[in-house]
Amino acid sequence: MSGCAQEGCDDDASVDGPAGGTRDSAGPRQTIVAFPNGPLLVRGDFDIVDPDGNQLRRSRKTVALCRCGASTLKPYCDGSHKMINFRTEPEN
Amino acid sequence: MKQPQPRGPVSSLLLDILTGPEQSSSDVPAPAAALAGAVRDALAATSDFAFDEDLQLTLFCLFELHYSGIDGASGHWEWNPDLIAARRLLEHAYEAQLHSAVTLPELPAPTSAGVAAGLFELTGADGGPSMSKYVAKQATEEQIREFLIQKSIYTLKEADPHTWAIPRLTGRAKAAMVEIQADEYGGGAPDRMHSALFAQSMRGVGLDDGYGHYVDDVPAITLASSNLMSMFGLNRRLRGAIVGHLASYEMTSSLANRMYARGFRRLGYNDAVAAYFDEHVEADAVHEQIAGRDLAGGLVEAEPELLADVFFGAAAAVVVDTWMTAHILDAWNADASSLYSAAAVSA
Ligand code: FES
Repeated sequence: MSGCAQEGCDDDASVDGPAGGTRDSAGPRQTIVAFPNGPLLVRGDFDIVDPDGNQLRRSRKTVALCRCGASTLKPYCDGSHKMINFRTEPEN
Repeated sequence: MKQPQPRGPVSSLLLDILTGPEQSSSDVPAPAAALAGAVRDALAATSDFAFDEDLQLTLFCLFELHYSGIDGASGHWEWNPDLIAARRLLEHAYEAQLHSAVTLPELPAPTSAGVAAGLFELTGADGGPSMSKYVAKQATEEQIREFLIQKSIYTLKEADPHTWAIPRLTGRAKAAMVEIQADEYGGGAPDRMHSALFAQSMRGVGLDDGYGHYVDDVPAITLASSNLMSMFGLNRRLRGAIVGHLASYEMTSSLANRMYARGFRRLGYNDAVAAYFDEHVEADAVHEQIAGRDLAGGLVEAEPELLADVFFGAAAAVVVDTWMTAHILDAWNADASSLYSAAAVSA
């Protein structure tokens, strides 16, 4: 596996543009998986930045972003959606 | 791993065997041939296999031959037919005990969505007394060290038992397992491996982080918890169960680890000690989603006949950890040590 687990995860020279856009080659892109009653899982090459473009702390390649609002680790999910019984509409 | 102290006739016989030559000459019957008989006698006599000190240690040592090995034991013992025969007897006894102890929920449809939802429901049910609440709110300095000692038996090899499953999976389930395990092993950074973060926590509270250092100090039920995953992981036919076990561990981890981190900080420990627990809050919020839908769900969609095994593995993980938690909390609530020998904690 790639060693892209470090802070910032910014070692991918093939990313085209600073904001983590598309790859140079036609490889897999980024995907966001909307998990029922849970977070948004983001996979692929991307950056997570604040409004000024600064990288946020990031310690893994695939991340789960909180969408219930209850996480204590925002923007990441910390499992709190289960405590508040967060429910999403069925996905289609 | 260092050689453990035997706890009864069977583990004593096994340790004697392991320190001898693997095969002497063909005309001398190998002492190992006697092991299966000794196991049979002990199984006939035991009243509760999961709590049997002698037999759980024996099984633990037999599994350990597949991990780090045992000091002074030839590597050839790993696949010795007499030892494998003894291991199978012990495994069958354990499996039978678990099948009678575990109540399977009503099984969902064999779809990825159904399996994930069913596993979240199974692992979200109230499991009785909570170790994480106790650690967060009231564990003493000595108890929190015991907590780490109990946990060290598995956690210093965290993720390894589930890794055995990788070659037995295919497609979506395999990709999911590898994605989770790569993160468990630090994503390429050795100091971020979960087992390495745990070793750092142990050192931070003054414990020895050597692999297997505390095996002599933990009770049978702690060995049983580790043996459960080794058994599921090392038997291809139980690949559904090891996948369910991993999903169960991931799904019960984030919230518990937040509480554990709180307990360590309450006692004044720094971020380096809490890092292992902090890491699991975030990591397992990712892993539980992948484990439910893609790993367990993906496996069941590929091999629908494994549906019941996946739920058996998940439920067995909950049951054995409930037994272990009860054992530890009962001791602490009685102001006693939860360890097999109290020597390590007062050291
Ligand atoms: S979605 Fe998981 S904590 Fe909010």
